[in-house]
Amino acid sequence: MFQRLPDAGGERVSFTIDGQPAEALSGDSVAAALIANGVGACRTTPVSGAPRGPYCMMGVCFDCLVTIDGTGNQQGCQIRVHPGMRVETQNGKREIER
Amino acid sequence: MTERTRSDCDVAVIGGGLVGSAIAWGLAQQGQTVAVLDEGDVAVRPSRGNFALVWVQGKGLGLPEYAGWTKMSSDTWTGFAERLQEQTGIDVCYRRPGGFLPLLSEEEMERRAGQLRRLHNQPNVVRYDYEMMDRAAVAKEMPFIGKDVVGASYCPLDGHCNSLKLLRALHSGMSLSGVSYLPHHRVERIEPRDGGFRMVTASGDEVRSGKVVIAAGHDARRLAPMVGLDAPVRPERGHVIVTEKTAPFLNFPVGFIRQTDEGGVMIGDSFEDVGLDTTVRNGVTSTIADRALRIFPLLGKLNVVRTWAALRVLTPDGFPIYEQSTTMPGAFVATCHSGVTLAANHALALATHIAAGTLPDEFSAFSARRFHVPAVA
Amino acid sequence: MTDLKPRYDLAVIGAGPAGLAAATLAATRGLSTVLLDEQAAPGGQIYRAITRSPVRNPNVLGTDYWHGADLVGPFRDSGADYLPGAAVWSVSRTLDIGLSRDGAARILPARHVILATGALERPFPVPGWTLPGVMGAGAAQILLKTSGLVASGNVVMAGSGPLLWLLAWQYLRAGARIDAILDTTPRENWRQAMPLLPAFARSGYVGKGLKLLLEVRRKVKVIGNVSALRAEGDGRVQSVVYRQGNGAEQRLPADTLLLHHGVIPNINLANATGCAQSWDEAQRCWVPDVDGWGATSVEGVAIAGDGAGIGGALAAEHRGRLTALDALHRLGAIDRATRDRDAAPHREALDRALRGRDFLDALYRPGKDFRVPADDTIVCRCEEVTAGQVRDAVKLGVSGPNQTKSFLRCGMGPCQGRLCGPTVVEVIADARGVSPAEVGYYRLRPPVKPITLAELASLPKAEDEVAAVMHH
Ligand SMILES: Cc1cc2nc3c(=O)[nH]c(=O)nc-3n(C[C@H](O)[C@@H](O)[C@H](O)COP(=O)(O)OP(=O)(O)OC[C@H]3O[C@@H](n4cnc5c(N)ncnc54)[C@H](O)[C@@H]3O)c2cc1C
Ligand SMILES: Cc1cc2nc3c(=O)[nH]c(=O)nc-3n(C[C@H](O)[C@H](O)[C@H](O)COP(=O)(O)OP(=O)(O)OC[C@H]3O[C@@H](n4cnc5c(N)ncnc54)[C@H](O)[C@@H]3O)c2cc1C
Ligand code: FES
Repeated sequence: MFQRLPDAGGERVSFTIDGQPAEALSGDSVAAALIANGVGACRTTPVSGAPRGPYCMMGVCFDCLVTIDGTGNQQGCQIRVHPGMRVETQNGKREIER
Repeated sequence: MTERTRSDCDVAVIGGGLVGSAIAWGLAQQGQTVAVLDEGDVAVRPSRGNFALVWVQGKGLGLPEYAGWTKMSSDTWTGFAERLQEQTGIDVCYRRPGGFLPLLSEEEMERRAGQLRRLHNQPNVVRYDYEMMDRAAVAKEMPFIGKDVVGASYCPLDGHCNSLKLLRALHSGMSLSGVSYLPHHRVERIEPRDGGFRMVTASGDEVRSGKVVIAAGHDARRLAPMVGLDAPVRPERGHVIVTEKTAPFLNFPVGFIRQTDEGGVMIGDSFEDVGLDTTVRNGVTSTIADRALRIFPLLGKLNVVRTWAALRVLTPDGFPIYEQSTTMPGAFVATCHSGVTLAANHALALATHIAAGTLPDEFSAFSARRFHVPAVA
Repeated sequence: MTDLKPRYDLAVIGAGPAGLAAATLAATRGLSTVLLDEQAAPGGQIYRAITRSPVRNPNVLGTDYWHGADLVGPFRDSGADYLPGAAVWSVSRTLDIGLSRDGAARILPARHVILATGALERPFPVPGWTLPGVMGAGAAQILLKTSGLVASGNVVMAGSGPLLWLLAWQYLRAGARIDAILDTTPRENWRQAMPLLPAFARSGYVGKGLKLLLEVRRKVKVIGNVSALRAEGDGRVQSVVYRQGNGAEQRLPADTLLLHHGVIPNINLANATGCAQSWDEAQRCWVPDVDGWGATSVEGVAIAGDGAGIGGALAAEHRGRLTALDALHRLGAIDRATRDRDAAPHREALDRALRGRDFLDALYRPGKDFRVPADDTIVCRCEEVTAGQVRDAVKLGVSGPNQTKSFLRCGMGPCQGRLCGPTVVEVIADARGVSPAEVGYYRLRPPVKPITLAELASLPKAEDEVAAVMHH
């Protein structure tokens, strides 16, 4: 659970999480945008199916993997959210054509 | 250093890669006491970097005995894998769905068809099924092939496994069968001693044994002559790419592209003569990637997780060497460039003969004497 | 975006204090310079989002943070090219830099390379550390700096080290609530640290640090001497279970658990480039071998900043300038005497910045039970390998991390060992009763950041490289 500081400045960005409309601040990474929207777990692992969420926020742990605009296994903490972006949480292994 | 190193054993196996481990495991199943002398964590060890095919098609052109030897291993692999699993609980994920070798031009098709025809026309060669498939036939199995694929050769005997799990299962099995595994025991010298052998390691340890098997990969070249054997092997570098884990989509090993049991797609390979250098060249992996995309364009979006280069242990003609020393009986050498494919044979057949003390006549085809024909000027 | 030149005198990788300072100096003095960074904006870890943080109140992040603006301004004026959003996945021995940006890979040649890839948080393997809601303290700080996000609900911080206290202080300034700080600093560390205290007392940090510490301690419940820790929850963290010394287990409710055990160099790129590295006993991590100018064992490749051993942000800045001066010299732009003369003030400043460092290293060295976790703890997050599995492999005769990698896959996942390497090495060393130096580290290869197969396929290929694949 995270919340935005009341005076945090910036433009609002609309995007979707698993098809549902959501809002972020411009400059948010996808991982931050998910966290800001209360999505703590963004995927299940391909090995055991355990839930995972962002751990390092700096591109080293690869636990923030999500599907972005139809492409799987994107590092959510390294990609900025943009208007209209489609973010999907993932289950296990990625699919070959996604 | 440790008291273990002093203890005598029936057989000392030099090298704990796939070849040495398979033989050592097999010897232990024959009731022999075995010590495996190996290097440490950092070593030239293609057994950690190979492509994991248990591959039959195309092998043996020029040495029909090798075609038979390969087919025999393929035929016994299922039982071998089952025994390992029973003993260690490790499933090495051997599957034999048949393998495709994709071909990208009519010219490649013809060349491949010719090779396979000549292989199967050799005198005394063992016969098995294979098929030249056109594009439509390949597309029936794999509708996602790229437009450049003209056809493929297919052989139902081809399969693959998880060769890292294989290496681990062999080590685990060795441990369960009482083999002493001695890492950090790089053998510097082998000397005949009291009707047996004495190995001296880099750190000055000694191990004594009744028999010795040289399965030291590239170092067999240096070690073999110490006991009157010859293993003129040289390294050949091969690159491999592996992608992230992907939901299963590829049911067959397709020559140099296969999906592992864990989901990653492995893509190989390359052939360079560069000595003992395992540096990865991006231009080589790029070429490998490019060719893979011509065969399966849908691979393009997958993330590459790792690339590496490993060194094949190659004899001058590419066929194995299995031989017992005539000047120092009890000393054997075993080396080959398909240590995964032949693991079943090494563990079941070769180990049995070494335990018995003689290699049967069929093995004379694999003697290094074949390289000693005087050169024709 | 800047149009890239076909080739640069100097490529600097990483836009933290080290990279910014190095690129600024080199470009100002005439080298054609490019600065590559995978983040969208300059600043590195400490000064993350310095040019565009949504945190409006400057008191929240503190003056040390805003110093970053003093680096970015001169960098912008220096004439260096800047390529944000560029992940460097390979640096070859021929100094060809493989980068990926917006889904396209390319190779950029340079005559000299400075790696300024900084640090990452030391892995903190405890049972449950893979649960959603458990993160690094540094990760939470990134959320604060870049997005103005703070953890809410029940918040527990655990571990030790300056950054943990800094985050707590920043959280308090931001008006956030912290339920408790579980301090894992082992009591006996004080014994090793005491002799080093005088030097620390003369350093610039002591006053600032003490003030910060006292302020946090006044406002937050600090539970000291924590010897064991685990996160529990169904699908996400719900509680933290801990022990003080040999005491009984205690439980705290937690919606967020922020872990921190200091930072260690991010060595992946250097390692994959082939730079020799050694085990640093004081900082308990692997560190690339560098000389006083940051030069590595690979000709033409230098390392500046925390990537060459943890020295902190100010030290990173000065080391950046020293490596830049050496680059100027090696590329023939200045002679040795000029290099040495111009380096003198930076070296002096570096010495000052490093003063007291070894006190912090000794005091905040994580306790053994956290570095060498119990059997049931996951050490490799990617492949979900436990410490117990690593120990079993050692029983089979495995003596180092490359063989455990083959046997167990730990280190083979996408993070490429960044989150398991240090722990695997410590577990093997402990099981074998030898030093981590003897155990060694993973041998890494490109790509150190993932690129797609299509990107890889798009790269230039030399004739012999094509022949190695196609003409067999
Ligand atoms: C999460 C985190 C937060 C921290 N916060 C503070 C703090 O608030 N105060 C403090 O005093 N210290 C902090 N530190 C310590 C930090 O190490 C500082 O001392 C300082 O940032 C080090 O500066 P640097 O220039 O060496 O590297 P960094 O500032 O770490 O900069 C390295 C840069 O390199 C980039 N990079 C890395 N690998 C690649 C690659 N392959 N391709 C492209 N770019 C790459 C990174 O994105 C980063 O921007 C923090 C460390 C971490 C890990
Ligand atoms: C890229 C590539 C792909 C491949 N793909 C396949 C495939 O798909 N299918 C297949 O069947 N085969 C394949 N192979 C071949 C296969 O990997 C090898 O045949 C096999 O690994 C060889 O095993 P080995 O035990 O002889 O050698 P190694 O793996 O080299 O093992 C030798 C061992 O001996 C040790 N050693 C060396 N010198 C000494 C000494 N003096 N004292 C003590 N110990 C010593 C080494 O440390 C090592 O552990 C491939 C090879 C490569 C390089
Ligand atoms: S959260 Fe660790 S890589 Fe994104």
